Amino acid sequence: MCEVVFPPCPFSLTHGSLTEQAKGDRPSHSASIGRTVPHALLEIRNLSYSLGGRAILRDISLDVREGETVVLLGRSGSGKTTLLKTVNELIAATSGTIRFEGRLAAEWDPIHLRRRMGYVIQDGGLFPHWTVEANVALVPRLAAWPPQRIAHRVEELLTAVGLAPAEFRGRYPRRLSGGEKQRVGIARALAADPPLLLFDEPFAALDPITRLDLQRLFLELRRSVRKTALFVTHDIREAMMLASRIALLKDGALDLLAEPREFRAADTPEARAFLAGLEQNGSAENWSQDEQRPRL
Amino acid sequence: MNSDLASEMLSLSLEHLAMVAIAIAIAGAIALPAGVLLSRRPGPRRWAVGFANIAQTIPSLALFGFLVPLPLIGGIGKRTAIVALCLYALLPILRNTLLGITGVDASVRESAVAMGMTARQILWQVELPLAAPSIVAGLRLATVATIGTATIAAAIGGGGLGVFIFRGISMVDAPTVLAGALPAAAMALLADGGLEWIERKLSPA
Repeated sequence: MCEVVFPPCPFSLTHGSLTEQAKGDRPSHSASIGRTVPHALLEIRNLSYSLGGRAILRDISLDVREGETVVLLGRSGSGKTTLLKTVNELIAATSGTIRFEGRLAAEWDPIHLRRRMGYVIQDGGLFPHWTVEANVALVPRLAAWPPQRIAHRVEELLTAVGLAPAEFRGRYPRRLSGGEKQRVGIARALAADPPLLLFDEPFAALDPITRLDLQRLFLELRRSVRKTALFVTHDIREAMMLASRIALLKDGALDLLAEPREFRAADTPEARAFLAGLEQNGSAENWSQDEQRPRL
Repeated sequence: MNSDLASEMLSLSLEHLAMVAIAIAIAGAIALPAGVLLSRRPGPRRWAVGFANIAQTIPSLALFGFLVPLPLIGGIGKRTAIVALCLYALLPILRNTLLGITGVDASVRESAVAMGMTARQILWQVELPLAAPSIVAGLRLATVATIGTATIAAAIGGGGLGVFIFRGISMVDAPTVLAGALPAAAMALLADGGLEWIERKLSPA
């Protein structure tokens, strides 16, 4: 059951050992004991989800702390997207709890909860009948910001994701390339400055060069806006490049939770299977070096 | 004599138009909300579309005949004609409303939910605008078909341009038939063109 592996981890100190209080303990206990520290931004506890008698998620416990990027890595069907969707209640978990900003998800109004989580999906999910500006402005508009503030925010965001506002503001999504759509999607997710960003394989359908551009943009934005993110991918290179920590899922269960460097040395069969894909090309390492991750 | 014909053509055309307009308005008032509701329920959807399909397959002359003896909605005259025309108009409007709404890209709907839009906001700001071209296409199909079918209303005393057609048939007088058929055809073409224009306007830029 509780095969969550917390490898002996020197890095955890740099993140603050307090939030790692239950290391080595069983996840089911970790929620209840020694809670003298502030909650992590997102706390997932013993989360399970089954559909038609089939278990999709099995007893998953995971914290996402302020400022970090947790990458959910796994094969197709491993449950990583399902797990992401339980966080913003697109899917209701069968059992277990999720706590966001210290409050149980069940206590949140789902509409309000979702507006505090940006969401970026594979093909952008842009509204085809709205201009880029209207798409980016959505959440601020729902939150009834004054029009001037919205216009200013849109301009700021388009610039931040590398799209010239004058050129792109009035365009419709069908006149955007795949990479441009994803940039708009990211701008839309950031619009109302939500504390948590959810990414569901956002770059999977892009060509390799555009993908690399977008991955760099992601790192750049994280440096500038200090966002917390939960990021789903099946691409080990992407995981290595972007993650503060990698949560490896296998058949709906958490197989391994480790920082990229520890992940390299991990010895679960599933981790080895993913690492085999990495060995063909070591270039990802250079990218993770770029990161200003605290190191020993 | 000629001006008599002209004024009769005008008044029957207006009568025809009114009948069609009322029938389409009622059918739309039923089929549009029904389409929206049924787009959320795949189970009842099959029954409703099945019913509308069956209504569509009844030969129109026979349907007018069936309705005449019925209480409330039956009898001789316009009311019965309008009921029959409504039944015919339901299917294209219902089907196209359903197609339009269920055809909204799943990723678009998912984004809308995930961005924190309420169900009502999603319906009015996302689903209906995206479905609008399809819905108008349904109205167009229904209107054009109804303009043609409404000529049969004259058979049960409903009036309209069918009056000329039935009179021409009984007198074996082609020009009288044309006096009914040509305005009806012109009306159908105009409705088709006008609604097609609206449909194009509503399509995403």
